[in-house]
Amino acid sequence: MSGPIHIQPGETFTLNVGPQHPATHGVLRVKMEMDGEYIVKAETVLGYIHRMHELMGENRTYPQVLPNLSRLDYLGALGYTHGHVLAVERAAGIEVPERAEYIRAITVELNRVASHLFWFGAFVMDLGGFTPLMYAIEDREYILDMLEAVTGSRLTYCYYRFGGLYNDIDDEFIDRARAFIPRMRKSLKKYDALVTGNIIFRKRLEGIGPISAEMCRKYGATGPVARGAGINFDVRKNEPYSVYPEFDFDVPVYDECDSLARYKVRMDEMEQSLRIIEQGLDKLPDGPIMPKKKPKLIKPPAGDYYQAVETARGSFGIRIVSDGTKNAYRFKLRSPTYSNMSLFDEACEGMMIMDALAMMGSLDLVIPEIDR
Amino acid sequence: MSLTILNAVIAVVIAIAFAALNAAYLVWAERRGAGRIQRRPGPNVNGPLGLLQPPADGLKLMTKQLVIPGGADKALFMVAPVLAMAPAIMSFVTIPFSDSIVARSMDIGVLMIFAFASLGAMSVLLAGWSSRNKYGVMASVRAVSQNISYEIPMLITVITIVMMTGTMNLKELVASQSGGIWNWNIVPSLSSPLMPISFLIFFTCSLAETNRAPFDLGEAESELVAGFHTEYGSMGFGLFFMGEYANIVIGASLITILFLGGWDCPLGLFPGVWWFLLKIYVLIFSFIWIRWTFPRTTIYGLLNLSWKILIPISLFNLLLTAGLLKVF
Amino acid sequence: MIKDTVLQSLRELFPDPEPVVEEAAAESAEGDTAEDDKKKAAKKKVEPRVNGVIERDHAQYGYDIDVQLDPGELLAAVMILDKAGFFLECVTGVDWIKEEQLEAVYDFSRYDFDLCRVVVRTRTSRSEPKVPTISKIYPGAAWHERETHDFFGIKFDGHPHLVPLLLPEDADFHPLLKDFKP
Repeated sequence: MSGPIHIQPGETFTLNVGPQHPATHGVLRVKMEMDGEYIVKAETVLGYIHRMHELMGENRTYPQVLPNLSRLDYLGALGYTHGHVLAVERAAGIEVPERAEYIRAITVELNRVASHLFWFGAFVMDLGGFTPLMYAIEDREYILDMLEAVTGSRLTYCYYRFGGLYNDIDDEFIDRARAFIPRMRKSLKKYDALVTGNIIFRKRLEGIGPISAEMCRKYGATGPVARGAGINFDVRKNEPYSVYPEFDFDVPVYDECDSLARYKVRMDEMEQSLRIIEQGLDKLPDGPIMPKKKPKLIKPPAGDYYQAVETARGSFGIRIVSDGTKNAYRFKLRSPTYSNMSLFDEACEGMMIMDALAMMGSLDLVIPEIDR
Repeated sequence: MSLTILNAVIAVVIAIAFAALNAAYLVWAERRGAGRIQRRPGPNVNGPLGLLQPPADGLKLMTKQLVIPGGADKALFMVAPVLAMAPAIMSFVTIPFSDSIVARSMDIGVLMIFAFASLGAMSVLLAGWSSRNKYGVMASVRAVSQNISYEIPMLITVITIVMMTGTMNLKELVASQSGGIWNWNIVPSLSSPLMPISFLIFFTCSLAETNRAPFDLGEAESELVAGFHTEYGSMGFGLFFMGEYANIVIGASLITILFLGGWDCPLGLFPGVWWFLLKIYVLIFSFIWIRWTFPRTTIYGLLNLSWKILIPISLFNLLLTAGLLKVF
Repeated sequence: MIKDTVLQSLRELFPDPEPVVEEAAAESAEGDTAEDDKKKAAKKKVEPRVNGVIERDHAQYGYDIDVQLDPGELLAAVMILDKAGFFLECVTGVDWIKEEQLEAVYDFSRYDFDLCRVVVRTRTSRSEPKVPTISKIYPGAAWHERETHDFFGIKFDGHPHLVPLLLPEDADFHPLLKDFKP
């Protein structure tokens, strides 16, 4: 084992991409069998940031688990906490005031825009363009400041309560949210001019990293990955929850199945989220943010409950098996990226490493959310 | 005799000083420029406008330990960074900054610069290969194939110009363009109608030759971690870094000399070193601007661009110019 | 409606559908008010569920069809769902320690607007938990099954690569078992 390595022609070698690698955005490891620049076989190795949130969900009472959910996905945390409170409300039969639901929808969509913005920057950085990240972070910072003012935290929110919210939004928040919408629309145009139309960018994504609709179905891919494969699936539309049926918005779908389609879906989704925020602010009803009648101790009746929500990354499911006590008997988290990532091993075979990593970027991975 | 040696020594010392100073302060300029482009301050703490940042960085790099990975080829590992910096400095010896400021005006100046430039590929190859790192090997193989493919259109373009001017002496090349912007090589003339395109080809090739974004496949940090210098720390890394910027200065100087009339003023007034410096810094700024705007190309996109587009066009230009030179 | 066709074909899996249909009917009849259902759910806990198909109220449980079957019939049920165009949402387990049983739970859903969530459950003994793998039908189940194997120790027969995924490579414990002591 001394002297430089020798690579013979026709011989494969193993390349460890990760656990510490700039393209994996966290501690993900992909063991790649390489033939020069080409990937012969890839095996994803997970678990470097596994924290067993599901066991914590069983050991703690329902309210005690609330902060755990935002630790799953630090970029789009509100979507996950939303799923959790909806699941427990469904199980325990708690009514939620309308104002609270509207505020939830507005904040979730703001968080979705923030998450997509960060993904946008990181994705272009994966392709070697560093500047869009800074622009995206500037816009994202605006959202984070806004959310910090009402929720008290910048990333790992614990804002929703069973039955409502921790804190009502004030006029300042509404003004800032209203000011944000035209600002973000302007930024989206700028991103379009700076990145989407760039010839190098398009060449790197068009036709690269095909993920077909059938593959999505077999692997259970959801969210922008499925929508980029021509599947019109969005939990907000297909299985409406909260106040989403009240809003008029479209689900962007592209049929090309390549990395560019997934990119476009997310860019269009930001615009749709802005539409939802706009309508939400217009329709925002007055009233309480917590229900009048709420059980002191949350003890859902025994049973098996499932709740799916559309987070920034796809369909997040939460299963609560209750045995009628104050702790969940089983607390299962179905994270969207887990399924989205599982198709990477098959999809990247035969690709060049730089294309494969571009495709990995287009899957929008958040590793703590895969590992849970 | 001793005077000539003294002369040569002084010339080399000045060249080293110029290269090192440029390299250090171009890093600062790049970081400040990137800061402006990305709407953030950039280095602004050390000294006024952060001007003391390069010496601070240098001190930090020099005090760090140079870790040689186990299993690396020690000698080659140590030689590679030197090989990145030394040819770049040597090239400065023959670059004329103005009519009078030139260390050694040689009749084969162009050839010499290209000879040293191709040594740069050698250092990348050695660095990647000797450090016993798979990312390094992949990156160095990429960088070498990239350098080979881009030297060809670059040299063909240079041959076109040498054909037009009939000299390989850089000083004479500039002299042949003196007298105002209409005499510069970039402006199309009857005998060379495709010169603006040649300029673009040469510019693109200089980006690729210096491993700059969007052609920085050798260090492609999002795929190959840091490419060929993954295992380098301390001044080993520092030398690669400075070598890159010294190469940028040489690339910009070559473009200026070959196409933009060297130290000549666009209107033919007050020619002098200030024009030369202005031109190369404008070019360097455009390099920086491009780097912070474009994403990286793929390796096959890069090779396709060279072999399928740049080489045919530059060959066609060579033939066309040769034919038209005969006619006019 | 896809729900009816799937219900129909899933019911055909059970040779003696009589008691199951009754239970399903009772379920939908009683499920009108939340109060009734809560009582019923509390009552149901006492004895392990009989195999069969139950139609569930989506608003209350979050899924439409709840199937419980023997591990031997699992593949047949999954194939029905695969043919009907369902996608695999997730696979997980539940440890029913009082009944000395481990349950593997499979969630299926649809991409189109014909909303129908199907939950397939199968129970196996706690001492020697064994369930056939569905990763031949849904390759995406491979990871979910590995995860379930990590957490519960359920062996998925025929799985191509059943090594710990989320837990360390040499993990020999199953943290979601109710008698797990860290």
